[in-house]
Amino acid sequence: MRLSGRGLKCVRGGRDIFAGLDVEVAAGHALAVTGINGAGKSSLLRMIAGLLPLAGGTLRLEGGEDDLTLPEQAHYLGHRDAMKPALTVRENLEFWRNFLGGPLKSPHPEEARSAVSKDPGPFPENLTLRDAVSDETAPQDTAHLPAGLLSAGRGRRLSIARLLTVRRPVWLLDEPTSALDTSGQELIAGLMADHLRGGGIILAATHGPLGISANELRIGGAA
Amino acid sequence: MTALAAIIRRDIRIALRAGGGAMIGVLFFLSVVVVMPFALGPDLALLKRIGPAILWLGALLASLLTLDRLFTADQDDGSLDLIVMSRTPLELACAAKALAHWLAAGVPLIVATPIVGILLNLDADATFAVALTLLVGTPALTFTGMIGAALAVTLRRGGLLLAVVVLPLSIPVLIFGVAASNAAVLKPDAFGTPFSILCALSLVSFVIGPFAAAASLRQGLD
Repeated sequence: MRLSGRGLKCVRGGRDIFAGLDVEVAAGHALAVTGINGAGKSSLLRMIAGLLPLAGGTLRLEGGEDDLTLPEQAHYLGHRDAMKPALTVRENLEFWRNFLGGPLKSPHPEEARSAVSKDPGPFPENLTLRDAVSDETAPQDTAHLPAGLLSAGRGRRLSIARLLTVRRPVWLLDEPTSALDTSGQELIAGLMADHLRGGGIILAATHGPLGISANELRIGGAA
Repeated sequence: MTALAAIIRRDIRIALRAGGGAMIGVLFFLSVVVVMPFALGPDLALLKRIGPAILWLGALLASLLTLDRLFTADQDDGSLDLIVMSRTPLELACAAKALAHWLAAGVPLIVATPIVGILLNLDADATFAVALTLLVGTPALTFTGMIGAALAVTLRRGGLLLAVVVLPLSIPVLIFGVAASNAAVLKPDAFGTPFSILCALSLVSFVIGPFAAAASLRQGLD
């Protein structure tokens, strides 16, 4: 599997953000997208996620499922947590699992089975939720708290837990380590390493170290 | 289907929780209808004549009040991005959201109608007829209102825009809803004709609403 973009161009509000950008990530590899504020890191990820129109160039995912588009095979972790404050942690995650999962329709039964067997199991007992949102300072009952009561860092962890509810080969992470403490950063580094070992692809916009080995794509020249 | 059921379940849950839209809509509906007799004075014949119109106006305003958060709430927390990206066609997701909104905010209005009907001097038959017209007519209000809610996503302070865009689209529903109700209350007119047109308006909005809303959401991506 290989994600490739050729001659990507981004225009926002009539202003060219970047042009002629090439992106190339193979299965099992991560690409760290760096650059100064406003260079277009988030815009690049949103373009790949299909949330911004391509002003020029082509984007394709080779070796993915034929009947699915690139955004449909990707997880997008944006600046906002996509969690409803009124719902509990558990209800939020269950919603995303049901909504993103849908009917499992892989052309390869083997792959479908492996996707199911990687399924983290029923909430809230599974590892995902416990690791992501709770730890020794907040035991399991975090699952029944409204998501609105979580701190920024825990909200971020909850949002990262969403990536594990459904298996998607491409992860698009916009500053995944923001608001996380040291153990949270180790946690996401571990999750990303697992994802790469499973043949996944990661594109992460970042300012700091990711904690995994990654090629670097710098947008907009030297800072 | 799992994905759509998940949206419907989630939206209804949020609407019923504290601070959700469902109760606000009903309370607004009740307050509009309850203050009306005080403003009009104790003329029972007059109240009976304009009662259905008051109920319909109350329902229209209550649905406008709660519709403006239909998509902006999802946009504010980033959920809308994931809904747009997902394998579920956006049109179906929009339809599911509208259906959830109607179940959480529209059905309580219909349930409250018999109570406020007493305040407007409507007898049991008339109240039942008005409730029936609201039952088939309020889905049309929700599904056309959804178009305005989707347009409001691209603009800050879109709430007022919603009212301006949606009100003209709601006028046919209002005309035939009130006409059918009046026919039931005042007897001489035929009930069937305006009622059938009201049903037709609802069915048309089921088809057009989700497509128009999905198109404007895609257009407004940013």
